[in-house]
Amino acid sequence: MSDVILETRGLTKHYGGVHALNDANFVLHKGEHVAIMGDNGAGKSTFVRQITGVEQRTSGDIMFDGAPVQFDGPLDARRAGIETVFQTLALADDLDVPDNLFLGREITKFDWLGPFRFLDYKAMRQATIDGLEKTAVKIPNIRNTIQNMSGGQRQCVAIARTATFHSKLTIMDEPTAALGVQETAQVENIIRTLKEAGEPLILVSHNMRQVFDLVDRIVVFRRGRICANLRKEDTDGQDVVAYITGAKTQEGYEDAA
Amino acid sequence: MSDATHGTGGLKFDASKRSWPNEINIFFALILIIIIFEILGQALPYMNGQSFLFDTRDRFDSIFNEARLRIIILQVSIIGIIALGVTQVIISGGIDLSSGPLVGATAMIVMSFAQTELVNGNANPKAVFGPWAFDLPVIAPVIVGLMFGAFIGAINGALIAYTRIPPFIATLGMFLICRGIAQAWTRGKPVSFPTESYAALGKGMMPVFWFIGLAFVFHVVLKYTLYGKHTYAIGSNEDAARMSGINVQRHKVRVYMVASMLAAFAAIILSSKNLTAQSGMGIFYELYAIAMAVIGGVSLTGGRGSIIGTVLGAMVFGVIQSGFTYIKLDAFFQLMAMGAIIISAVVLDKMRQERAASRS
Repeated sequence: MSDVILETRGLTKHYGGVHALNDANFVLHKGEHVAIMGDNGAGKSTFVRQITGVEQRTSGDIMFDGAPVQFDGPLDARRAGIETVFQTLALADDLDVPDNLFLGREITKFDWLGPFRFLDYKAMRQATIDGLEKTAVKIPNIRNTIQNMSGGQRQCVAIARTATFHSKLTIMDEPTAALGVQETAQVENIIRTLKEAGEPLILVSHNMRQVFDLVDRIVVFRRGRICANLRKEDTDGQDVVAYITGAKTQEGYEDAA
Repeated sequence: MSDATHGTGGLKFDASKRSWPNEINIFFALILIIIIFEILGQALPYMNGQSFLFDTRDRFDSIFNEARLRIIILQVSIIGIIALGVTQVIISGGIDLSSGPLVGATAMIVMSFAQTELVNGNANPKAVFGPWAFDLPVIAPVIVGLMFGAFIGAINGALIAYTRIPPFIATLGMFLICRGIAQAWTRGKPVSFPTESYAALGKGMMPVFWFIGLAFVFHVVLKYTLYGKHTYAIGSNEDAARMSGINVQRHKVRVYMVASMLAAFAAIILSSKNLTAQSGMGIFYELYAIAMAVIGGVSLTGGRGSIIGTVLGAMVFGVIQSGFTYIKLDAFFQLMAMGAIIISAVVLDKMRQERAASRS
């Protein structure tokens, strides 16, 4: 029991009459990488938004790190140790890499100065370099501002932010959707590094090759319900597609049909 | 692509990717403008070969025309103090139009607490309050002024942060309110005859020292403190700042309070320098302050700019104003030329930004 980092029981979200998510039971173990797949509108992003506190669930329970949680907003979730890399990047374009990594949790000195306390640039730079090394993120110059970076580098900065702060759980919502081939490879490398470090991850992705490359388990959503929970070794691409499109439904999830 | 991925974890420093600081461009522009005025001085027939900034007379062994330098820096320093605050507001993604009228209102109020009882042995003819307000220690009017500025700034900031009305509208309303306060305070009559210690605050070159000192303080604040970092972050991407846990609303209130307190301080220095306060003081100051910041490279879309840039922008502003007088340009045309220069500064900055964006 103690190796479960995240568990949802009967997680449900209705937008008025639209049942975007119904009775989702999901378990994530420590050190495990799980992919969430499904067609557009299947409830993947809705599921993620309930966990990260962006939206408030209609009903159901979320257990994180052994205790039931109720996040009032994404900030609460972040404080508890859930780091999310969103589809739209939450980076400040005019600031450089350390500034962005430490935004909202800066290392400061002379704290008696209140809001005018000084920033410890040296410590933040060092921690940034350490964090980037840990994730094998390669950025030519960390003093560069985000606006001068490529899409892949931006995504790497966003991901490095999660790695620098030893989050308990990382959630990535289609991290490579807007990236080129080489940039995608770079992001995938970072995800492998997280795996080696034993950090659990939920990856929302449409990319079948990527999913089979990176994760241990695949959870398929269909019309707001979980319709399959597959170990990578027991399945293949065609099988997953069959679950996504509704041609097949796994035993135990019949009510999703 | 190979350049982009070599080096371990960002340890490599790629000098070619380092951005050229905008402040250097402004400094070159300043030099260029001075050279243009020097050439005009030599070329225009009615100028008799006078130099703009250099001392060409043999009687003195100074290099520069110190009198003109003094006037240039003195005439920009009071508006420059306002520009220091406006810079912070614009970096945070806002705008402050209320600073000029705030100067008028603050000057009227502050002067009422700084009056002497006796003028040449007679009772003060401009007295606003009763005997209790005469000959107060200099700290009293200063504190009253700064508190009034903080109060107006807090209203500005709270309106913008909590009701989410555009900064332009909120501060435009405050613009009228402050001018109204300035006029209502004494029903339009000027307030004069301050104590000697109050008059010392803005005497001679004191405004310049205040300007340089405050510029240094706020350069450090913007570059090296949490307050500064959050100001840039909010102007750069407000949603990202909020998602990162910055209390955006509280921070905006702080920024507008700091800006209005700087404008109030400028009012104290101005009224002390002029030895009087009138309700019409500070007309156009808000626009000149914004112009100084914009010439200095502060982006109106937020997130970019610096105090050094604004100080250089103020110097450009002062040099142009003084240069127009030097080449005897008719005062009626000076405003028009100034407007054209502000527009071209922004156009040039925009072109430079677009070029930088297409290069990366």
